[in-house]
Amino acid sequence: MSTLNHQPALSGVSAGRKVKDRVVQVLVYVAFLLALIPLISVLWTVISKGLKRFDPEFFTHSMNGIGANDAGGGAYHAIIGTVEQVLLASVIAIPIGVLTAVYLVEYGRDSRLAKVVSFFVDVMTGLPSIVAGLFVLAFWLLLLGFSFSGFAGAMALSILMMPTVVRAAEEMLKLVPNDLREASFALGVPRWRTICFVVLPTAFTGIITGIMLAIARVMGETAPLLLTVFVTSAINNSPFQGPQMALPLYIFDQAGRPNDAAINRAWAAALTLIVLIMLLNLVARLIARLRKPVSR
Amino acid sequence: MTSDTLEQGATGALGGRGRRLGTGRMGDRLFGISTRGSAIVLLLIIAAIAVFLIAKAVPALKADKANFLTSQEWNPDAAEPRFGILQLAFGTLMSSLMALIIATPVAIGIALFIAFYSPRRLASGLGYVVDLLAAVPSVVYGLWGLQFFVPKMASVANFLHDDFGWIPLFGGDSVGGQSLLTAAVVLAIMILPIISSISREVFLQVPQANVEAALALGATRWEVIRMAVLPFGRSGMVSAAMLGLGRALGETIAVAMVLSTAAGISLHILRPGGNTFAANIANTFGMAGNMGRGALIASGLVLFVITLIVNMLARAIVARRKEFV
Repeated sequence: MSTLNHQPALSGVSAGRKVKDRVVQVLVYVAFLLALIPLISVLWTVISKGLKRFDPEFFTHSMNGIGANDAGGGAYHAIIGTVEQVLLASVIAIPIGVLTAVYLVEYGRDSRLAKVVSFFVDVMTGLPSIVAGLFVLAFWLLLLGFSFSGFAGAMALSILMMPTVVRAAEEMLKLVPNDLREASFALGVPRWRTICFVVLPTAFTGIITGIMLAIARVMGETAPLLLTVFVTSAINNSPFQGPQMALPLYIFDQAGRPNDAAINRAWAAALTLIVLIMLLNLVARLIARLRKPVSR
Repeated sequence: MTSDTLEQGATGALGGRGRRLGTGRMGDRLFGISTRGSAIVLLLIIAAIAVFLIAKAVPALKADKANFLTSQEWNPDAAEPRFGILQLAFGTLMSSLMALIIATPVAIGIALFIAFYSPRRLASGLGYVVDLLAAVPSVVYGLWGLQFFVPKMASVANFLHDDFGWIPLFGGDSVGGQSLLTAAVVLAIMILPIISSISREVFLQVPQANVEAALALGATRWEVIRMAVLPFGRSGMVSAAMLGLGRALGETIAVAMVLSTAAGISLHILRPGGNTFAANIANTFGMAGNMGRGALIASGLVLFVITLIVNMLARAIVARRKEFV
């Protein structure tokens, strides 16, 4: 694939250089294939082993009254918990995240505060999830004296969601053409109405995509929930009272039990979780693709 | 909707300092304040994380009868609490650095493949495939690691031990699958997508003129990469690797599930054992009493500080590069 071969006036590429070029090409291809091995292996094992218990009972029953070595049981309570916790986390994180992005793009632009916030949003992106859990533990549970609950977990998850939402919304707001804003200002529309009814609707689909990816990201978090939601085997519909369950916690809990029935439940839960996350990813990408220029 | 009905909560305390925006109407004031307030709330959360972790860690640290930094014990709930982080710090750094050594070359290879070798039309699709690795939750990696990968690594460990046992790292007796090396490989898989996607972005920013100039001089594809792409992308790759390191340092559940924890520091990376900050928190939290929780929070604080430094350095490198370009 060397690019000079067709020029007869010059002597061709020397053998040594050709060999080096080829070796690197092979290495680069191998690197890509290496990445595919774990991906395919993980997906294959999860699908093949997860299907064993991917039955109606799994989705309609909790683990209440299921003995340590019994088969049967399901993840209904965990699915309820995950949905409630993730929704609560979204309710907390999305307004703060989107408004912060609006500040960074529309108001802050180069102010000192905006720079500091932008820097710390980056730092927050790298916050280990367990530290978010420890924070809620130290603040909400130990200091304020509340007990384990789905809401405590939701707070930890919302901390992990915020930076992702801010970044996604910020990118999208930056893409909104300035002409739109100026046209609106020229008509005498106040700034906040311009933002709410011109800028945000224009960026809407992009922001939704970012939010869904953020949700998909926190949905699989286990560590913070372990410290804040704890585990339970019974159905608890209230995220504000008593320990709940969540799908990742369920996987962790079942995987730690040394019998095949539990391991199979763990795989089925893993399959459920991956399907949920992939669906969110897929829908997010579809929305991003369907995105059309706004027309009035 | 009149302008006054917009009540976006947030801190109302900032009052009169808001800039005179547009017509200076109430709605503008409120909206400006609420966006600014959200930004400040975000900063407060970061500050609160540091403050409350410290507040809960200090009593435990005061009660600690052993040296927190150099002790290898972990008995915070004993009548005489003794705990230290030396072993945790060693296991965390060791597994993360090994993961980095494994992941970085592969990730950069992937980035080069997608940016320069793959067919143009497939590039974004292939990037998406690699990003799928990031979509798999860590608990699923943990389950996969425990059930599928550990037995495989056990035979690898035996092979390395039998044939290369003279290398100190591969020495020691009773090697097995639930070792630091296995944890490092799982971590490497998990940080691959972040390193490769950031490197890929950097590679795509390489000025086309540089690439074409190198081609015009008769460079082969590798020579183009070596002369035009890698020098341009060096700082980007370094910061990508550091962000990956930050991710590996804080990874919890996968490590907690794969590693069989054992006391003591050992350089024999094939032996089951070792422990990390995050895995220790996840594994011992359930049984921890009051002092135990304080001790875990103290160790979490150390992890927080380490990842904070790593991430800040990575961002600083990126920021400096932006000024030059």
